[in-house]
Amino acid sequence: MKILGIDSSGMVASVALIEDGITKAEYTVNNKKTHSQTLLPMLDEISAMLEDDMSTVDAIAVAAGPGSFTGLRIGSATVKGLAAAYDKPVIPVPTVEGLAYNAWGSDRLVCPMMDARRQQTYTGLYEFTGEGDTCVMNTVLDQCAVPVEDIVDKINELGRPVIFMGDGIPVFEEYIKNNCKVDHIFAPAHMNRQRAACIAALGEVYMKQGRIEAAEDHAPVYLRMSQAERERKEQGVADQGHDN
Amino acid sequence: MTAMNDILILAIESSCDETAASVVKNGREVLSNIISSQIDIHTLYGGVVPEIASRKHIERINRVVTAALEEAHVKKEDLTAIAVTYGPGLVGALLVGVSFAKAYAWALKKPLIGVHHIEGHICANYIENKELEPPFMCLVVSGGHSHLVKVVDYGEYEILGRTRDDAAGEAFDKVARAIGLGYPGGPKIDKVSCEGDPAAIEFPRAKIVDNEYDFSFSGLKSAVLNYLNSMEMKGEPIVREDVAASFQQAVVDVLVGHSMAALEEYGFKKFAIAGGVASNSHLRKAMEEECAERQIEFYRPSPIFCTDNAAMIGVAGYYEYIKGVRTDWTCNAVPNLKLGER
Repeated sequence: MKILGIDSSGMVASVALIEDGITKAEYTVNNKKTHSQTLLPMLDEISAMLEDDMSTVDAIAVAAGPGSFTGLRIGSATVKGLAAAYDKPVIPVPTVEGLAYNAWGSDRLVCPMMDARRQQTYTGLYEFTGEGDTCVMNTVLDQCAVPVEDIVDKINELGRPVIFMGDGIPVFEEYIKNNCKVDHIFAPAHMNRQRAACIAALGEVYMKQGRIEAAEDHAPVYLRMSQAERERKEQGVADQGHDN
Repeated sequence: MTAMNDILILAIESSCDETAASVVKNGREVLSNIISSQIDIHTLYGGVVPEIASRKHIERINRVVTAALEEAHVKKEDLTAIAVTYGPGLVGALLVGVSFAKAYAWALKKPLIGVHHIEGHICANYIENKELEPPFMCLVVSGGHSHLVKVVDYGEYEILGRTRDDAAGEAFDKVARAIGLGYPGGPKIDKVSCEGDPAAIEFPRAKIVDNEYDFSFSGLKSAVLNYLNSMEMKGEPIVREDVAASFQQAVVDVLVGHSMAALEEYGFKKFAIAGGVASNSHLRKAMEEECAERQIEFYRPSPIFCTDNAAMIGVAGYYEYIKGVRTDWTCNAVPNLKLGER
């Protein structure tokens, strides 16, 4: 199985190729330069280094949201272009699940936290169960956009040791340290941000479960409406209230 | 039918609220022109909502491209190059087309050509006028742009005038909203104006002191709003057909006046219009008459090539392609891209 993985959901731009259980190449950059300028040159670079034009991939996995709206779309549009050109399917990997997969095999509860702005975090809770090659990631709390207080309360309620990761940590670290009552640790540099190898590896698992889609059907999951839609909805609700 | 040595350009356009793709053969033959408009959605909000437009582009882009290839009976492997609008426009919307086109071209090992949206509008005139070649003068008027341009050669432009504030189409939208016609304003004002008196109300025709070819439409828009307010204050009825017709006449007078003055000054014998507002029936008629009087050849695209479309991007992309222009993989969306710059 040969899977190309792409993640541009946050500040990180990352591309990776995994083949038969090995990461053949991974290129990850955590910089302010726009993904539009970096992503394809990075893919071009690993393609040249591997002397592999990527046309023989089985599928293309993508961090499919949540994340930065624009970042998600750059990744999705890129993946949709590649998949259409190769006539290959897309594997949409929820961004938070991809982040959690960094901690594969951990005994702890895994809690990725992305900075979702507006005092919220894109987060979720995961655990790894089973032994050896049967170890699988299970969802304890599906990815969602919530205030940091909610997720920390939930963790306290579950009462299990936890590992945190993600670009939300620098933002919420203080709060977590002061309010998280269970044993908690923060993931180190090599596993605390989005990595395309995680997207590709988890993508392979999902592909085996049949969780793929056609390029034309793929779109990111934002977990949030656009501001205009939100305001219109609020307006609608207000109008309705007035009518009553 | 397509032959081996045909140059087949797949063009993609997503700069505003139309997701579009087209296959253009040898520069001027449009084999397909697929436009997926989002107008129904944006009408709910009274104008284009950038985030919603970007989301819709992502959902639709593959189907639009597939339809363009199918309708053209062209296999993606047989394409010569991929052209894409990379500016100006809404950055989030542009990025969808640009990111898709880059990946598609890269994977197919085809050259990528970034195209300027306004250049596309100008080139729309080549589609139905096979004999038209530069040099000529072109007026580009749309919801986002108002440019009076000297088309010196293919891909070579000299801007004589541009708007200082609102684009012509923007003024149409704002006035339409003020008189309760809704969005999009251009076609609605065009329609109701037919039943109004263009001389009913005297609205100003703005002149720019330091560049006689520049435009300004915000004063005109304000004059319309002031008129509506004062009528309301006085409790007098507003005849919106007359307001629409008089406003439109003011816009048409300015566009025609500037264009004719420039044609005379620079001695061009060919004149073209382009962009969404070029669909306006009153503007087309007025330009036609003025050009006929001066024995100037007048060109205007059919409305389907005036609106945002990808065929025009394919035409512009073709001329860039044969000039040797190639865009590299770092290509980014440039929301305020200037005409004639790369």
